[in-house]
Amino acid sequence: MSRIEVRFAGFGGQGIGLMGRLVGEAVSLYEKNKNSVMTQSYGPESRGGASSSDVVIDTADIDYPKATELDYFVVMSEEAYDKYIPKLKKGGILFVEENLVSLDEHADKAKKIYKIPATKIAETLGNRIFANIVMLGFVCANTKDIVSEESLIEVMKKKIKARFVEKNLIAFQKGKEHSQEG
Amino acid sequence: MAEENIELIESHDHPLDGYLREGRIPHIFCPGCSLGSITTVLVEAILEAGVDPKKVAVVSGIGCTGRIAGYLNFDSFHTTHGRAIPFAIGLSVTDPDRKVIVVSGDGDLFAIGGNHFIHAARRNADITVICVNNFNYGMTGGQVGPTSYVGQFQSTTPYGTVEEPFNLPDLAASCGAVYVARWTALDVRRVKDSFVEAITKKGFSFVEVLGSCPTTYGRRNQLAEGKKILEYFKEKAVLQHGMDTKKVDIEKDGPMIVGKFVDIEDKPTLTDHLLEIQRKGEAALNKGGKK
Amino acid sequence: MSEQKILPREVLTGEHFTTGNHAAAEGAIAAGCKFFGGYPITPSSEIAEHIALRLPQVKGHFVQFEDEIASIASILGASWGGYKSMTATSGPGYSLMLENIGLGMMTETPCVIVNVQRGGPSTGLPTLVGQQDIMQAKWGSHGDYEPIAITPSTVQECFDLTIDSFNFAEKYRLPVTVLMDEALGHMSEKLVIPKEEKIVRVNRKTPTGPPEEHLPYLPDKDLVPPMATASSGYRIMTTGLTHDERGYPVINSEAQEKLVKRINDKIRLNKDKIIKVEEYQLDDADIAFVSFGSSARVAKGAVNRARKKGIKAGLLRLITIWPFADDHIEKLADQVKKIIVPEINYGQITREVERAAHGKTEVKGVFKLGGDIHLPEDILKEIERS
Repeated sequence: MSRIEVRFAGFGGQGIGLMGRLVGEAVSLYEKNKNSVMTQSYGPESRGGASSSDVVIDTADIDYPKATELDYFVVMSEEAYDKYIPKLKKGGILFVEENLVSLDEHADKAKKIYKIPATKIAETLGNRIFANIVMLGFVCANTKDIVSEESLIEVMKKKIKARFVEKNLIAFQKGKEHSQEG
Repeated sequence: MAEENIELIESHDHPLDGYLREGRIPHIFCPGCSLGSITTVLVEAILEAGVDPKKVAVVSGIGCTGRIAGYLNFDSFHTTHGRAIPFAIGLSVTDPDRKVIVVSGDGDLFAIGGNHFIHAARRNADITVICVNNFNYGMTGGQVGPTSYVGQFQSTTPYGTVEEPFNLPDLAASCGAVYVARWTALDVRRVKDSFVEAITKKGFSFVEVLGSCPTTYGRRNQLAEGKKILEYFKEKAVLQHGMDTKKVDIEKDGPMIVGKFVDIEDKPTLTDHLLEIQRKGEAALNKGGKK
Repeated sequence: MSEQKILPREVLTGEHFTTGNHAAAEGAIAAGCKFFGGYPITPSSEIAEHIALRLPQVKGHFVQFEDEIASIASILGASWGGYKSMTATSGPGYSLMLENIGLGMMTETPCVIVNVQRGGPSTGLPTLVGQQDIMQAKWGSHGDYEPIAITPSTVQECFDLTIDSFNFAEKYRLPVTVLMDEALGHMSEKLVIPKEEKIVRVNRKTPTGPPEEHLPYLPDKDLVPPMATASSGYRIMTTGLTHDERGYPVINSEAQEKLVKRINDKIRLNKDKIIKVEEYQLDDADIAFVSFGSSARVAKGAVNRARKKGIKAGLLRLITIWPFADDHIEKLADQVKKIIVPEINYGQITREVERAAHGKTEVKGVFKLGGDIHLPEDILKEIERS
């Protein structure tokens, strides 16, 4: 396997950093012979505005730790879409929160676009804060080379506060089951 | 032989033998400087306070007063200019039974080290700070300092000092010191008693001693002898225990109000807080079960 | 200092996915650090935040001071109090600490300073990477002293080398700097913390003779004097002034010569025990990178890419940056036709490499002035130009 770059992006408060941390940790600690490096936007922008977290995955040692040409771009806000869509590789794959992002001609370079109303689905579970996990379930179901479902669930059980784990696992399941492809 | 008859004076032990560093005396202080007697009084106070001499650490910054630490045969630390207080805090919190005394000058503690002083008082670090205020920078040749009063002449204020000086007791009190006193170097008995109180006090204690500096302060301000400065102190000193510290500022030719101004009991110290935080850390760890 | 057993809670054995900053904090705790005095500064603040949580759990103390000057002064005091101590900062804070780093050098006080470098000069790039404090760590405080500084390249090394730094500090009695950088401090990757019995802790030598005969600055054969802890009855005498073996100030050239020579020589004479490098694909290399910190990650990647193209490239990675690996560089200069030095500054280590190569080979720096680390292509280009 060669290097894969994934970027999660949205606005502050959506739990974008957590998405990167969960995926990064799942790959690093639970997937055999795979390495990952996670970096996230830092400073004022992480406290509001466009926020992002990158996971670079490789079977070899990861030299350059940041994403440069995105294989996967998972985006949950308009501002983040506008800011980062130029970084999507031609032939890359785009995941969007369909009610929060309107696509433009930049999206044409994507090989595939997956759309999900992650926030709405989260609201049916009682709180929109689960939207990030809904999205993760959706990403996990539609990709093969990022991370396995088992690894991610393992990490969620370990990292998420015990009383929230169950709700998050449901959110993950909801995202996984959503099958709308654009 | 004739020489044998010359030995008339029997050699006595000095009362401070063992508490001054062998081979370090004579000290560097000028004739008429009060630092010699303050050094003596400090040792006497440490002994009278009944603390284990092993547990005493004396820390100083840079300057004439800063040299005191190096003459004393306790754990002594001569640090950098202005930094004695944070160094002392590191020493203090690593052993709650250690008695850490900072002794330094007005320039060291209140100009370059001023920020450390106010924060140490605010956090109630368990240290005693003794400031010998000689109204100028002596070691470097008599420049104006943060306690020089308006109208005072120093080498860098050849036209007279124009800036207002710090009122040290008020600064200490307003920042949270639990013990604040001021004396003149003339009144060694009260200085000693006050040192004893400060040393045995839990928390941030502060004693200002108005010291004589004939060489670089006196010479420029018609007080060129140590004795003259002490006489001036005698004439101007007004004992007013419990005085509102706002009213103890020093002006040219004005009264010098001395006394014990602040004495607060049982305020938790920085060390108390840190030990309490350790208990909380321990509890969090146990509650968390696994790491 | 008395040898305490390592508590399990001091070593979080297991696999973690964490940042360089957290790894450095855990490394410090595993090394036996019990006091941290610090002041917040981006991009190092997570070290203070993490250790503020962790130190009280291991019977240690965390104090946030009014500035970096107080922070470093406090850790010197705590070290004399018998605690292994540290602080963490970034370039602007390190600038402020230099005064008391000098005091630590002169009074031979063990402690560790982590500098998570960002772009400078001045406030520069608070949130972005730099490697611009390399020379500051070498020459920053006034006077002659021989520092030890370590440059980790991975999150794992942030842990491992922080432990090494404490051990060097204790063994040679001096402040040791861990020169991290923002990229490393903020990136998360895998960290494996070994079992506590695998952690090596070195503790300073303490005097054993009668206190009345104690000479606090009388060195042993290794040029390092045993260090008494405050309140142990040895009546410590220490000063930043030039001093003799009794610790008494002596203001003349003879005392200066003797003391300053010794505090430099104790590192120079032991440099082979201190200098650590990684040699990667160097055996048959005819072109080599010399690099350190996060830049070295990219250099390693460039070596791999060059090798795929049939270019015999290799990497000498400096793990210990001070004292400098002169001998390794000279040997390398004999072997390769070109040395390329990628660094995130305007040529600090390049000049050192030039000096140590003695003109035996071409030395070329590839500079980035801060804000980002090199892209592998940036330095690959330099190889292909050869």
